[in-house]
Amino acid sequence: MAQMTMIQAITDALRVEMKNDPNVLVFGEDVGVNGGVFRATEGLQAEFGEQRVFDTPLAESGIGGLAIGLGLQGFRPVPEIQFFGFLFEIMDSVAGQATRLRHRSGGTMNAPITFRSPFGGGVHTPEMHADSLEGLMAQTPGLKVVIPSTPKDAKGLLIASIRDNDPVVYLEHMKLYRSFREEVPEGDYTIELGKADVKREGKDVSVFAYGAMVHASLKAAEELEKEGVSVEVVDLRTIHPLDIDAIVKSVEKTGRAVVVQEAQKQAGIAANIVAEINDRCILSLEAPVVRVAAADTVFPFSEAETVWLPNHKDVVEGIQKVLNF
Amino acid sequence: MTNKQTVSELMDHMLQVGNSVETLQILNEEGEIVNEAAMPELTDEQLKELMTRMVWTRVLDQRSISLNRQGRLGFYAPTAGQEASQLASHFALENEDFILPGYRDVPQLIWHGLPLYKAFLWSRGHFVGSQYPEGLNAMMPQIIIGAQIVQTAGVALGLKLRGKNAVALTYTGDGGASQGDFYEGMNFAGAYNAPAIFIVQNNRYAISTPVSKQSKARTIAQKAVAVGIAGIQVDGMDPLAVYAATSEARKRALNGDGPTLIETLTFRYGPHTMAGDDPTRYRTKETENEWEAKDPIVRFRKFLEKKGLWTEEEETKVIEEAKEAIKEAIKLADQTPKQKVTDLIENTFETKTFNLEEQAAIYNEKESK
Repeated sequence: MAQMTMIQAITDALRVEMKNDPNVLVFGEDVGVNGGVFRATEGLQAEFGEQRVFDTPLAESGIGGLAIGLGLQGFRPVPEIQFFGFLFEIMDSVAGQATRLRHRSGGTMNAPITFRSPFGGGVHTPEMHADSLEGLMAQTPGLKVVIPSTPKDAKGLLIASIRDNDPVVYLEHMKLYRSFREEVPEGDYTIELGKADVKREGKDVSVFAYGAMVHASLKAAEELEKEGVSVEVVDLRTIHPLDIDAIVKSVEKTGRAVVVQEAQKQAGIAANIVAEINDRCILSLEAPVVRVAAADTVFPFSEAETVWLPNHKDVVEGIQKVLNF
Repeated sequence: MTNKQTVSELMDHMLQVGNSVETLQILNEEGEIVNEAAMPELTDEQLKELMTRMVWTRVLDQRSISLNRQGRLGFYAPTAGQEASQLASHFALENEDFILPGYRDVPQLIWHGLPLYKAFLWSRGHFVGSQYPEGLNAMMPQIIIGAQIVQTAGVALGLKLRGKNAVALTYTGDGGASQGDFYEGMNFAGAYNAPAIFIVQNNRYAISTPVSKQSKARTIAQKAVAVGIAGIQVDGMDPLAVYAATSEARKRALNGDGPTLIETLTFRYGPHTMAGDDPTRYRTKETENEWEAKDPIVRFRKFLEKKGLWTEEEETKVIEEAKEAIKEAIKLADQTPKQKVTDLIENTFETKTFNLEEQAAIYNEKESK
């Protein structure tokens, strides 16, 4: 075991899988000798060589096509999109091509690709760096979307993503890269995709969150505990497909639910969770499910992040709303 | 280039790069060899085989159009006129080479080993049509124009990393050369010096838009300059020129000299697709006649007849064989079981998700009734 930040855990996962499987290739803009703009691929090119870890021209769509083509030759590509706001450049390769390949070939071809990409607000990035676009991905059949919130989850989920034989979009919240350390097991372990994790047990209300909002929710839960409210915080970890079992189990226990996301209310995946809860356990609900989300505007100018991004106070407010319904 | 030139002269020099592109032709419209130096080495048997494939594919086009009109085929993009461009380029490949076709490039897939009934199932919209046999190195026809170009860079890099003695070859049209992916794919392949061949079949029209509205560039071949790779424009109605160019590009790629862009000047005699396109709205009869006079089959027939390699009887035999094979293939396509929603669910992930498990159960029940 070692104390690691999330970014160190990500690098460690990449190293483990590169050692484990010679077909794993890491590529993207500045991921080679530079070790990535966030140092996520630090040291990998030196260790595995330029044939396994390499830079690409500055063109996201080209990176997507490269990944699909390499996948067709039996490689296991782990391309990086420098910031997920640049998704729109590569949208066809991800949503129009990679995710459809198994289906359109009648199950005879596949795209074992893990698209890694940073996103998320709170670090005052320039335009189109921090946008939460996971909702677009979650609407894409044939794709899995993973968003870790802790170093330990990050490593196990990334190894599982790389080993998955279908495409995975693996989103790394920039605010969480170095915000805290955690014990991370050494070597090889996986966390099953599509499985949520109860980060805090509670009995009065269920909070479903992912990414940075897991920590906002945990902070809100701590605050409310002082008032005698017992909050269960469920970290979804994979936002598509959802862990329906875990969601239903928690709602049936608490009878109340809040869904928390950093994305705008019209985006993200909160609406989908509300719909699943309504479909599957409406008879357990004491109150309507409340959503905590950002305003339906474009991601804010960086100075406005603090007033725009949802935080633990918004989560507290949301929880009080369902409790006082 | 000296430092005594004016800014204007330097700019003009760049313009001349495009204007200096020449068209490779080996066989003229009369079936005469006009460029002995560029003549590819093909045996008599190979020449006959190439003619056979071209004639066969012309029949396939005629029958496909008619089967489409009868409602026995679905999506179909006519190929008549492009036989030299499609089949002579494919003729320069080996089985190990990987093809990434556009939606008009079904003939190349068939000659690369795709069973004809599967090509028909693809036209109708059935997943079995895209279940390729083991060892067929190809992707399904690509509908997103340009996507095949960036993917080709990846396949070519993969072949290079695997140390395989093979190339990745892709096709697009003149309109496709305006896409961002067209540039990106060629640029990536160039940057990695990957064994890729990019063929642009310039048939003058992207649906109704003439090539002159796509770009101010005089040729598409010159776009190779932008990414620093070899490029050539060939008479796409001349099977020998197309074969020679592709063959040379393949040789260079395998030799480690990187990718090549080949522009074939060709023409589709038919509409863009069978989905209601009417070429009389945007093409004149004169243009069509002018291109029909360049017919690749006519000129290749003249060439072979002069060499005593082709007779009317042989051609009739190929036509009859093609018709028979098409009849059999349509029968096989008809016999393919209809698709079920559960099939489609099955082909979405290696392991079904919770929601798909649930939906599979629902559709299973519906389908069992």
